[in-house]
Amino acid sequence: MLIAQFLYGGAGLVLFTLGLWSFLVHEPLLRKIIALNVTGAGVFHVLIAIAYRGDAAPPDPVPHALVLTGIVVAVSATALALMLGARLQDADEEDQTP
Amino acid sequence: MSQLTLLIVFDAVLLVTLLVLAFAAVLSPEPRRAVMLFIAFGLWLSLIWARLQAPDVALAEAAIGAGLGGALMLAAARRAARTASRSRGDDAS
Amino acid sequence: MSAPAGLDRATERSRDLRLLLAVLLTLLGVALTLVYLIALNAGAAPRLADLAYERLPSTGVQNPVTAVLLNYRAYDTLMELAVLLAALLGIWALGPAPPGFQRSGAVLAAMVSWVVPLLIVTGGYMLWVGGYAPGGAFQAGALLGAAGVIVRLAGDPRAGLPGEAAQRWLLVAGVLVFTLVGLGLMAFGAGFLTYPPTLAKWLILLIEAAATVAIGAALAAAYVGGRPPGPDARPTAEDEDALTPAQTPANPPAPPLDPRP
Repeated sequence: MLIAQFLYGGAGLVLFTLGLWSFLVHEPLLRKIIALNVTGAGVFHVLIAIAYRGDAAPPDPVPHALVLTGIVVAVSATALALMLGARLQDADEEDQTP
Repeated sequence: MSQLTLLIVFDAVLLVTLLVLAFAAVLSPEPRRAVMLFIAFGLWLSLIWARLQAPDVALAEAAIGAGLGGALMLAAARRAARTASRSRGDDAS
Repeated sequence: MSAPAGLDRATERSRDLRLLLAVLLTLLGVALTLVYLIALNAGAAPRLADLAYERLPSTGVQNPVTAVLLNYRAYDTLMELAVLLAALLGIWALGPAPPGFQRSGAVLAAMVSWVVPLLIVTGGYMLWVGGYAPGGAFQAGALLGAAGVIVRLAGDPRAGLPGEAAQRWLLVAGVLVFTLVGLGLMAFGAGFLTYPPTLAKWLILLIEAAATVAIGAALAAAYVGGRPPGPDARPTAEDEDALTPAQTPANPPAPPLDPRP
């Protein structure tokens, strides 16, 4: 076991837990989305840490590819969620001031 | 041996900064500051991934995660700030 | 607004809830860390990495990550492009795009006219270099998307993308070319997306080029945030001076949409 692998993977788990906590606790949509992104970043971080094999050996490309697709999916989900939130806000404002 | 210790110190500095940025981004109540901190977090993350020999992923994270995600969130934060100031103005009267 | 006492009780309750959640999630984090530690110490199981490196010469690319993305696990990437497309369709379904930003001043416009071509060239470089060095369709697409974001920030309401009909083709280009290549390979007797080693490089480059265009268009369109404004779309009251005179005569705006008297 590499110490770096454990350190970085542990940090990824901290990020995961932190994001989950913030997602559950904080009310505004933007903060929830930031929290979800931090959670995702934690998962990616664990995968990258697992793929790392020390500086001498080449890293495992399979988790790297998974993370690469994951980043794009995360950002498209973020965009959709933000737009949904914006439309909801518009609808609320129309209700308040007809 | 001392080089290994140095590397671990380097790792620790990288990770502590990352966690501080993540905590700051998550705990900041002001939307625009939260987004800024999140962008900084994403860029720092890509730095760490470059150190973990994942340059492909680091590039993608810097460009997509921090760059475009941050741009999308900044637009949302601007919107949130505008409605917040408007509703504050309504309440104050 | 509730009475101060009720407010206090409510905030107290929510604080208790937060604390409880924090404790529970800390426990979860500790448990996950233990599992992770055990998994790390479990010793070396057979890994995919060795297989991936062993077969690398027959994939048509030298960058192992690109090989995984477009050869070993091409289905993943195809589905990922489909997810991106679905997310964008969701955004379009939510309604028309909000009006664009004010047209930029001379300094920003000059900078944009330098930066955007540079981003496009860098995107092409990223795409090509992805075969043997860090880079590839996602990074290249992200650069194109960033160029779109900059163009929109500089005042073009469509982020530099063409009209809606052409935009649809750009957006589906990735999935379309990917699927067509897969079906074509099936027609020639290979499996779906099983490239013959001699052609692999060029097929992968073809798919990656289409995917780059699709990802760039999708990211820029996601930033626009709605169905694209038509060719005669005009910025609304927020930015009156956004139009250059050259744009107006070709496409006179529909009167009911015009906010001006």
